[in-house]
Amino acid sequence: MARVTFEKDKCKGCGLCIEACPKKILQLSEDEINLRGYYPAMIIDQDKCIACSFCAIMCPDCIITVEK
Amino acid sequence: MSDKVLMKGNEALAEAAIMAGCRHYLGYPITPQTEVAAYMSKRLPKIGGTFLQAESEIAAINMVIGVSAAGKRVMTSSSSPGIALKSEGLSYLAGCDLPALVVNVQRGGPGLGGIQPSQSDYFQATRSAGHGDFRMIVLAPSSVQEMADLTIKGFELADKYRMTAMILSDGILGQMMEPVQLNFGDIKQHDKPWAVTGTGCQREKNVISSLYLKPEQLEDKNRERYLRYAAIEENETMVEEYQMDDADVCVVAYGAAARISKNAIDLAREKGIKAGLIRPITLWPFPKQILRSAAERVSAFVVTELSMGQMIEDVELAIRCMRPVLLCNRTGGMVMTPEEVLEKIEKAYSIGGTV
Amino acid sequence: MVVFQKPKSLTDTVMHYCPGCTHGIVHRLVAEAIDELGIEGRTIGIAPVGCAVMAYDYFTVDMVQAAHGRAPAVATGVKRANPENIVFTYQGDGDLAAIGMAETVHSAARGENITIVFINNAIYGMTGGQMAPTSLPGQVTQTSPYGRDIQQVGYPIRVSEMLATLDGPQYIERVAVNNVKNVRNAKKAILKAFKNQVDGKGFSLVEVLSSCPTNWGKTPQQALELIEENMIPYYPLGVYKDRDLTEGVAKE
Repeated sequence: MARVTFEKDKCKGCGLCIEACPKKILQLSEDEINLRGYYPAMIIDQDKCIACSFCAIMCPDCIITVEK
Repeated sequence: MSDKVLMKGNEALAEAAIMAGCRHYLGYPITPQTEVAAYMSKRLPKIGGTFLQAESEIAAINMVIGVSAAGKRVMTSSSSPGIALKSEGLSYLAGCDLPALVVNVQRGGPGLGGIQPSQSDYFQATRSAGHGDFRMIVLAPSSVQEMADLTIKGFELADKYRMTAMILSDGILGQMMEPVQLNFGDIKQHDKPWAVTGTGCQREKNVISSLYLKPEQLEDKNRERYLRYAAIEENETMVEEYQMDDADVCVVAYGAAARISKNAIDLAREKGIKAGLIRPITLWPFPKQILRSAAERVSAFVVTELSMGQMIEDVELAIRCMRPVLLCNRTGGMVMTPEEVLEKIEKAYSIGGTV
Repeated sequence: MVVFQKPKSLTDTVMHYCPGCTHGIVHRLVAEAIDELGIEGRTIGIAPVGCAVMAYDYFTVDMVQAAHGRAPAVATGVKRANPENIVFTYQGDGDLAAIGMAETVHSAARGENITIVFINNAIYGMTGGQMAPTSLPGQVTQTSPYGRDIQQVGYPIRVSEMLATLDGPQYIERVAVNNVKNVRNAKKAILKAFKNQVDGKGFSLVEVLSSCPTNWGKTPQQALELIEENMIPYYPLGVYKDRDLTEGVAKE
């Protein structure tokens, strides 16, 4: 099963992964602030993930791991 | 090679560098050091070395940084305005704690100046080689033999203390021919575990950098470096003394000016004036203690320099102005005669007299 | 099964780059190339002066931090000292195309067997957004507050085109990292630029059109759009020189 995981505390909340996601299943957290003070990116619907890795390809901080 | 051979100073220096294990020379053409580059361009390719004529003095010194970072003995040579261009790299070498041998065959300045011999880069070599707190070991040969000997010494010291050693020569020593013996015995080589040679995935990575954004770290680094400098001042200061045992007047001179001064001292002694010479071989570390103790024994000093008077400041500082210090100088590529030096010795003697 | 993860040659250190800065993407591509070629243990990186000055913290390989613009000269020294090492520089536009132009041109002319990754984001990032040699006509920066006036300061430099006129280089390509497709192309180019060195083919440079959201005054996404809208038209993507193509595929 496709699975995307974020190293939450390394995220800078730039949102490039969100724009890249063809399934539009990523968003920035609205309530949780990470250790670095950013609203980190997160996946809201793991089931819809197709493991295309687009999010990880565009992530400047290399915090995304994609499995399937 | 224990027999003496007749060589030009610049060529003796270049051959000594090769014997010291230097296989990389990076430089840019400038008079009057051309023979060094020409010699290296002929010899190095035949022994598996690299001679590279860089696009600029700046590129050359940065290539030196690269070779040194990779753990190899490396040298460059230039002349006064070219050394000025290398300033940036000299500072980076210091900040990165990298060894290198840099040769300055001095010519007259400022600006483009002239191509005749000069000693007007004393300040540049001992004070202002580049930005920031740092020193270079500065070796001043006075013969073709010393051009070779101090090149060997320079490589050894540079590696030992991980810093730049500069040979501060001039057009006279570079161009003149003398018999020289190129036999140096065991030349010390140093392990360089800090070099960037690839981790082989076997060790932690090595990083060579002069960047310390935290002021505490930069201060610590500079203090650590100055402790090393203190050890060098303690252990590596070199002078030649000539006729100093009973001297009333002490001439201080280095390089070509010291040769002329020796003749003048002989002339003075013929006239009954007890003159002697202290010739700094290391300009940094400067022989402060030796001069200080000489000041207890002599009545006056004469500093002979091919400049408007640069080393004289160090002499005055070293002896705490205890004795009169007279300057005998020519500049712009002009060279004093022994008679001109003699005149100053006589004047110094008339002021200071017998101790 | 893992289909995407951080390459081994990239350290775990959090990069100091601003949110959305594409330096991070290019760092990763470099690390992926190193991993894929199996050259981690013999690679030496040269960090520039500019935003990537601390690149030595982000790669697991031996690194040297060079003076501003001098990375190709330092790389030349490292490579000549130990030719079996794989040596790359990572430089921005101010570093490579202004203060270091001589080192760039001459290392290319010599066909020095090194790999250069050239980040062109049309601005000096580290010092706070001054006009770069690659800033576009009319581009507003801290030192061109009324827009880059070509009458006054002249035109931007197209580095890839210029270097491609030299006989020395093996390979020169311009890529961009503004979308997934372009990042994938950039990856191929960077991999090739490293492989060329492994194969002893000589000087390879990849110019990467990149963004600087902070100093462009844009969001990360807007900045990527500006690469497409403003930069690519002035700096067309493509292979500017590849001796594999012009001289037949060289000996493998």
